[in-house]
Amino acid sequence: MRSLIFISLLLTGLAINAAPIATFKFDNDQQEELFHKLSQDLRCLVCQNNSIGDSNADLAKDLRNEMYGMIIQGKNEQQIVDFMVQRYGDFVLYNPPMKPLTWVLWFGPAIIFVIALFYALRIIKAQRSDVAPQGMKASESERLKRLQAEAERTSHRQDQQE
Amino acid sequence: MPLIIFGLIAVVLVTAMMKIKSGELRVREVPSPLIGKMSPEFSLPSLYGQGEVSTADLKCGATLLNVWASWCFACRQEHEAITWLANNGVRIVGLNYKDQPQDAKQWLQRLGNPYSLIASDIDGRVGIDWGVYGAPETFVIDEQGIIRDKHIGPVTQKYIEEKLQPLIEDIRKTSSCEA
Repeated sequence: MRSLIFISLLLTGLAINAAPIATFKFDNDQQEELFHKLSQDLRCLVCQNNSIGDSNADLAKDLRNEMYGMIIQGKNEQQIVDFMVQRYGDFVLYNPPMKPLTWVLWFGPAIIFVIALFYALRIIKAQRSDVAPQGMKASESERLKRLQAEAERTSHRQDQQE
Repeated sequence: MPLIIFGLIAVVLVTAMMKIKSGELRVREVPSPLIGKMSPEFSLPSLYGQGEVSTADLKCGATLLNVWASWCFACRQEHEAITWLANNGVRIVGLNYKDQPQDAKQWLQRLGNPYSLIASDIDGRVGIDWGVYGAPETFVIDEQGIIRDKHIGPVTQKYIEEKLQPLIEDIRKTSSCEA
């Protein structure tokens, strides 16, 4: 019984998710595929973290209708994307085009990563040289190891006592 | 060194936050690609049934195309500023966006009508061509029909003083049309 309720709940969820697109009828599968792709690639201007396909905003509905009309007329993906960009700018694209204005967007994270990596390596190196000073004699490093082992044992014993 | 970097990031974030709070930086605003381009062509029924309102009606001196609707709360906020502009000789064409004509007329009857002409864009189709994504939005159009500026959200005193008035003066320098 419980699993039945669970399954029916799951199905209701599916039905709600499918609702914005379900009302459109296409001539063929390619058209439907293109519609789904564009629905995900284009951003809703009103609720800026939703795609046109996900959003319930009035404008998103209008733009879906507009898209549907163009697909039925046989317009291709590039033509429809151009239509949107002409009116709303690059902002409608979830994948902004590569141009000087968007370089920071494209390369910024990689540059920050490289800088962070550089500093991380430097810090790690510095810490390593603290632990094992170079130019130690064999007997000295032997003694260091012994002392470290002893210190560990003592602290271990203390832990147990506590 | 890390302290300097932290300090720089903190300064950038705090200034951005202060600018957002004062309204100088508007993060939700989508810059219009239409600025500097010709007005998208349209021809729509006039709200008061006197034929059509079209792109040709925008080409006279400095004209504002104000996108508004009776359902739009911020339009009521800016109504006073829009009326002030109309009373001071600025020609304003209204684009009644996704609205019912009778609601729009009621709204104007109650608050006053500052518009020279009103185009009725009931299904919002012309709004899409203009890249409208909400109301109110205001376009500034020059003699040639070129869009010179777009203001998103209610027109404020600050916008009028800092941007609109200098722009209108600039457009009128080369204009021959008396509105």
